Amino acid sequence: MTTAAAARAVDVWKVYGSGEAQVVALRGISVDLARGQFTAIMGPSGSGKSTLMHCLAGLDSVTRGQVYIGGTELTGLGDAGLTRLRRDQVGFVFQQFNLLPTLSAQENITLPLAIAGRKPDPMWFDTVIDTIGLRDRLGHRPSQLSGGQQQRVACARALLGKPEVVFADEPTGNLDSRSGAEVLGFLRRSVREFGQTVVMVTHDPNAASYADRVVFLGDGQIVAELADPDAEAVLDTMKRLDVLGTVA
Amino acid sequence: MLRATFASLLARKLRLILSGLAVVLGVMFVSGAFVLTDTLGRSFEGLFSTVYSQTDVQVAGKPKIEVDELEGAPIPANVPADLVERIEDKVPGVADAVGLAEADGARVIGKNGKVIASLGPPRLGANWTGESDMITLRPGSKAPTAENEIAMNAGLAKTGGFNVGDEIAVLTLEPKKTFKLVGIFGYSNDRDSIGGATVVAFTTPVAQQLMLGEKDVYSAIRVKAAAGVTPEELRDRIAAELGPDYVVKTGDQLATETTDSFRRGLGFFNNILLGFAGVALFVGIFLILNTFSIIVAQRTRELALMRAVGASRRQVIGSVLVEALVIGLVASVLGLGAGIGVGALLAFVFGQMAGGLALAGIGVPVAAVVSAFTVGLLVTLVAAVLPAIRASRIPPVAALQDSAIPDKPLTRVTIAGALTLTAGGAALALGLSGNAGDATLWTVLAGVLVSFVGVALLTPLLARPVVSVLGRLFSWSVPGKLGRLNSGRNPRRTAITAAALMVGIALVIGVNVILTSATKSFDRLAANQVHAEIYISGEQSGPLPPTFDAAVLDRAGSTPGVAKVTGAYLDRAIVNGTKPDFVVAVHDIAAARDIFALTPAEGSLDTLGEGQLVLDAESATQIGGVHAGDRVSIQLTRGEAETYTVAGIYQDNDVISGIFVPESAAKNFAVPQPFQAFVQLAPGASITDVLPRIEALLADSPEVSASDRSAFIAQQTRQFDTILTMIQILLALAILIAVLGIVNTLALSVLERTRELGLLRAIGLRRAQTMRMITVESMVISVFGALLGVAVGTGLGTAVVRALRDEGFTDLAFPWSQMALYLVLAALVGVVAAVLPAIRAARVDVLNAIAYE
Repeated sequence: MTTAAAARAVDVWKVYGSGEAQVVALRGISVDLARGQFTAIMGPSGSGKSTLMHCLAGLDSVTRGQVYIGGTELTGLGDAGLTRLRRDQVGFVFQQFNLLPTLSAQENITLPLAIAGRKPDPMWFDTVIDTIGLRDRLGHRPSQLSGGQQQRVACARALLGKPEVVFADEPTGNLDSRSGAEVLGFLRRSVREFGQTVVMVTHDPNAASYADRVVFLGDGQIVAELADPDAEAVLDTMKRLDVLGTVA
Repeated sequence: MLRATFASLLARKLRLILSGLAVVLGVMFVSGAFVLTDTLGRSFEGLFSTVYSQTDVQVAGKPKIEVDELEGAPIPANVPADLVERIEDKVPGVADAVGLAEADGARVIGKNGKVIASLGPPRLGANWTGESDMITLRPGSKAPTAENEIAMNAGLAKTGGFNVGDEIAVLTLEPKKTFKLVGIFGYSNDRDSIGGATVVAFTTPVAQQLMLGEKDVYSAIRVKAAAGVTPEELRDRIAAELGPDYVVKTGDQLATETTDSFRRGLGFFNNILLGFAGVALFVGIFLILNTFSIIVAQRTRELALMRAVGASRRQVIGSVLVEALVIGLVASVLGLGAGIGVGALLAFVFGQMAGGLALAGIGVPVAAVVSAFTVGLLVTLVAAVLPAIRASRIPPVAALQDSAIPDKPLTRVTIAGALTLTAGGAALALGLSGNAGDATLWTVLAGVLVSFVGVALLTPLLARPVVSVLGRLFSWSVPGKLGRLNSGRNPRRTAITAAALMVGIALVIGVNVILTSATKSFDRLAANQVHAEIYISGEQSGPLPPTFDAAVLDRAGSTPGVAKVTGAYLDRAIVNGTKPDFVVAVHDIAAARDIFALTPAEGSLDTLGEGQLVLDAESATQIGGVHAGDRVSIQLTRGEAETYTVAGIYQDNDVISGIFVPESAAKNFAVPQPFQAFVQLAPGASITDVLPRIEALLADSPEVSASDRSAFIAQQTRQFDTILTMIQILLALAILIAVLGIVNTLALSVLERTRELGLLRAIGLRRAQTMRMITVESMVISVFGALLGVAVGTGLGTAVVRALRDEGFTDLAFPWSQMALYLVLAALVGVVAAVLPAIRAARVDVLNAIAYE
């Protein structure tokens, strides 16, 4: 099981502030994110889903517990180590502001590799570009692309370095449903066809239905899981949890 | 509305400080200049009232030649020694009259064989007139009583390390003479010197001979009034007795007059400082303009919201201008405070350099306060007007839109720039062509200033292509490339920031081009048109030129290997009643003719006998169209006006011009010793053989040296380096403000691009790479500015050199190494300016930056 996990959290706690103002965002979460799987993390706002993703991706430090990406333990790495890890083993797709306005689409896609001083594998590059279907737009600046196209460029950037994990933070939050479906379809294809590991934070049940597995968070803990969900099942689970939450 | 303005001011402390700092520095310079000159002025007042404290009335001869204050002090005619008795005997109410034989120019040779230099205060030689309330001999001293004895003030003795009993060599109107030091004296209140002046006291006959050049004369007579007689009464009585040939003044009058004359000199100095302050403030305007533009751009939504909720255009303009007003006010107060400090510090340094000028208390003249606030407020408001108008044009709907208003095309600003540059160029051309009359200086300055504005307006258009080419130098790495792209992102912002740096560098390079061309032209002249191999000359270090023993000329002439020697003595004279002009007494006119390749236009240049003169064609026209055989009257510093006959007129040339009189006339010069000589070697003689022989002749003339052509040119052009250094120091402030501008622009850009930086860090850009990205952006801007400065400076310098072609600027030469140096320095400046913004960028919190809303 350990070898199959692309990312792993072991009894992770995240506490902000201290004393009266103390907020516990994560309460001892342990989760394995299997390699080659598309995992969605869901939960109401304040449930800690974004915090968990930030901790898993090496963007934020944990208060207690361990986080692993591949075989590397993140906890204890300094800024330089974390930066290198993000560069080489993690891909990111954010909700908005994903691209540098000064660079063309192609330059944006190859940026992490360029920063690392590596050349993209041309075959793989072609495959990725053909998958996102933006070959004729590679020379365009982000301002000349639609929101959906920009987000597909961001996905291509995340995939090109063949990272251990791609983290997507509400990747469809700013898109209309058709563009959103394109992006999600592309993420699922990357998992199915290229064996990529993708972890996505979302609050949209429809988006979550593209995933192989959905992890539900509530109040800093994992409260439910679904495997191979459809939108209906996700919605049901959310309703159930919501009722539980109200009762509690 | 006002409350909103203040809230926005407080929320932007960093911008406030940075843009305010430019004004603070400029105001500091302005008020510092006023405080400095005021303090020095009052210090001189104290100094001269001390100098004349023992004088009730002073009688002196009328100067034969009046000269402008900026050209030096006029030398009074000597008065006969028996005038002392006449005053004592004929004028009632005189307690005591003392003849003074005192003049500047007693140069003591130090233990290292070199003349003890002065940085301004006179090196007086005087007759010993006894101890007084003011002057007392130090223990172990006695007054000089024999011809070979001298006393000196304690300050000079300390500087030279002299003790009573030492042999002291002194240069005066006569060549080096050696004396025995018998007395060291000090002044009241235990002072070693008065205002840093050095004094060598001889016996009266020796002082008359060595300092005044004549026996039985005095330079002035100091009169003390008897009890009950006021100095004014005594002055009037003496004036009545002596008639109009003498200048009779009270000690107070002299103190006031001398102080006033120094004050006028300081006023000139003050204007120079204010000129440089003006440049700094001009650059400051760019910085403030940029800051406000960026602030307005960043506050677009906020301002639009204000408009949406009902603020009028006028209120928006008002809010931006009030913000500027507050910055200007705070900066003026701080600048004034800093200026007082800097003025006091500079006054102290100046006092120390001048050899211990006792400083009066630091005062803050009204002019300093008024100018500080006027300049501070005006500059800030002028710079804020354009951004304020732009702010008022933001439509209310911008509050609802997400996208920023796109940059307007550069067409209008480019056309405006081209027109402004043309206007500036036209003014410059008019000024340089000499057709602007009395307003020449102002026309040229206005032309330069307007041209700068024109270039600044054209800069945005240049920014994109130039920055992209420049940036390629730095974009071998990904952070470098990102930095280059960022610097090309907002051409207006990059352009204004770079243009600020351009101003200072353009001025330095412009002056440098002129001086380099002057050196080159001088070099070519000397090489092509002066047929001499060895040059005797010195560097001027005080009010009097360095001179040497006239006997050297003859001895050099009879030195083996020497073909010809000509030498020159220099003085001012009144020729045919015109305003004072230089005349040259020439040793061996035939040698001068051959060495300088002079060709006669009229008469002959073969000999210059007693009572004859030779002059160039242009001077001949200037003094009233004289021809060979005509008679010309010449009044020299000493003696009466004499009539000379024109023996010859030589054709105008680039090397020398002027009126030549025979060597014998030099006895009536202020300094009857030669200051330059040119030696032509005999065919076959080698300079390496002859130069040491000539050098040996100069053993007793330490102020000058013998050198070959290249060393001579280097010596003569060394003062250019001094000028350049001074200009660079004074322009350093303008450049510093420009650097602040780069810091400011970068800091604001980093702030604007926080999310971008967060994204880059998230996808793996290391901190060091982030810093490198900002550094490259900074370097691109600063090198762009320097490049503009070098280009504009070269243009300005070339224009001036070409305009002065007829004044001897035959060659146009460029200071390539200096230009390269400035580009390299600009790159370094870019690195330094980037430090703080880069650290800030590297510290951007990734999570905060990417978190939406």
